[in-house]
Amino acid sequence: MHWTEYFSPLMEGAWVTIQLTIYSTIFGAILAFAAGIGKLSSNWAIKAVSVAYIEVFRGTSLLVQLFWLYFALPIAGMAIGLDLRLPPVAAGVLALSLNIGAYGAEVVRGAIQSVHKDQHEAARALNFTPRQTLWNITIPQSIPEMMPSFGNLAVQNLKDTALVSLISLGDLAFRAEQIRNFTQDSTTIYSMLLVTYFGMALVLTAIMRGLEAYVSRWRVARS
Amino acid sequence: MLFGYEWDLSSPLAFAISILPILLTGMVVTIQAALLGFAVALVLGLIWAVLKAAPSRLISWPAKVVTEFIRDTPLLVQLFFLYYVLPEYGIVLPAFMTGALALGIQYSAYTSEVYRAGLEAVGADQREAARAHNLSPARTFTHIIVPQAVPRIVPSMGNYLVSIMKDVPVLSVVTVLEMLNVAKIVGDRTFDYLVPLSMVGALYLIMTLVASTGVRLLDTWLPKQGIPLK
Repeated sequence: MHWTEYFSPLMEGAWVTIQLTIYSTIFGAILAFAAGIGKLSSNWAIKAVSVAYIEVFRGTSLLVQLFWLYFALPIAGMAIGLDLRLPPVAAGVLALSLNIGAYGAEVVRGAIQSVHKDQHEAARALNFTPRQTLWNITIPQSIPEMMPSFGNLAVQNLKDTALVSLISLGDLAFRAEQIRNFTQDSTTIYSMLLVTYFGMALVLTAIMRGLEAYVSRWRVARS
Repeated sequence: MLFGYEWDLSSPLAFAISILPILLTGMVVTIQAALLGFAVALVLGLIWAVLKAAPSRLISWPAKVVTEFIRDTPLLVQLFFLYYVLPEYGIVLPAFMTGALALGIQYSAYTSEVYRAGLEAVGADQREAARAHNLSPARTFTHIIVPQAVPRIVPSMGNYLVSIMKDVPVLSVVTVLEMLNVAKIVGDRTFDYLVPLSMVGALYLIMTLVASTGVRLLDTWLPKQGIPLK
């Protein structure tokens, strides 16, 4: 097998990695907002759930979470009479989004708290309800603050997708491993793999920079 | 049986208690790998930081590219690379050493930024004051800059140690018997993954909680004005 023949299986795997990254980043962002806002909630039950979620998923290893969802969850389901066997794709996306969501939640919380007190007072003076204040005043202003950290988390997430190859999901790292097992040409294949991940990370960084520039218009001039 | 400990499958609780010593054996390896990787990251990160701050672009630019490359590629792939490619060039390391090296290399890209930020956070006025007092550049560095940078650097480094600890399970793919790998083996033999993997999760929570509390205490204990190198 000539090294140029590695491209087509690698590209197949790269496409899986790209899809995984997109889905888990989007789900992760939703979870991040839910838990980040939930942590600031005045309702203690919502707050407790958010804090527990953030602590558990930030406090344990992603690989442990992934293995737990893939190997342990079906057994837990069996004990309560439910079929919780997840296909590798579902387990992979779920573990990645839950993990990155917990890290993102802290970013969201920090950014929301960084919105100036005056803004809250002004919203209250204008008789906004707490919900209106959150959606129309606080969140739009805090999003530009979140973007640099979200960019880092997105790249982190891209790198983390490599771990799903360990639950037999045919992503980029998995394809490379298959080719290596077949050809034993470790140096070439792993060099190509590293360069491909690097290229994808550069593209992702560029996309996140673009998004950052786009949302920076929501930034309010501070006095 | 694993590491000489029998497991008791009579009830989930008995099972959990009986495999605890097995998992703790794995935890020791996890902590050792994390500490060794951290040590590599501290040293290598400092080297990157110095190279990146070099006055010549011929040195600083390649260092920046290399650290960016390390930062943007997955630990798993770097580990595979080291584990399978190094032996082809005659460098045969045990799996544990390769793993710790991979952890150290991956995190050196992050620690180099911590060093840079910590050193830059010491204001220009401090350098000017040192110059006004006629201190040599070497003494300015060791007596003015480093002491003030240390309290800024240490907490971030502590956080990276916690991160490294959470990345150690990746080493299981090259047969390092750390905690997750041990739990997986127990699961493979007993067909019960729920208890061992949940135990690993719980033990991880305890480990990271203890470690991050330690980092926080260290942060409050370190004097903000700096630590003299004496």
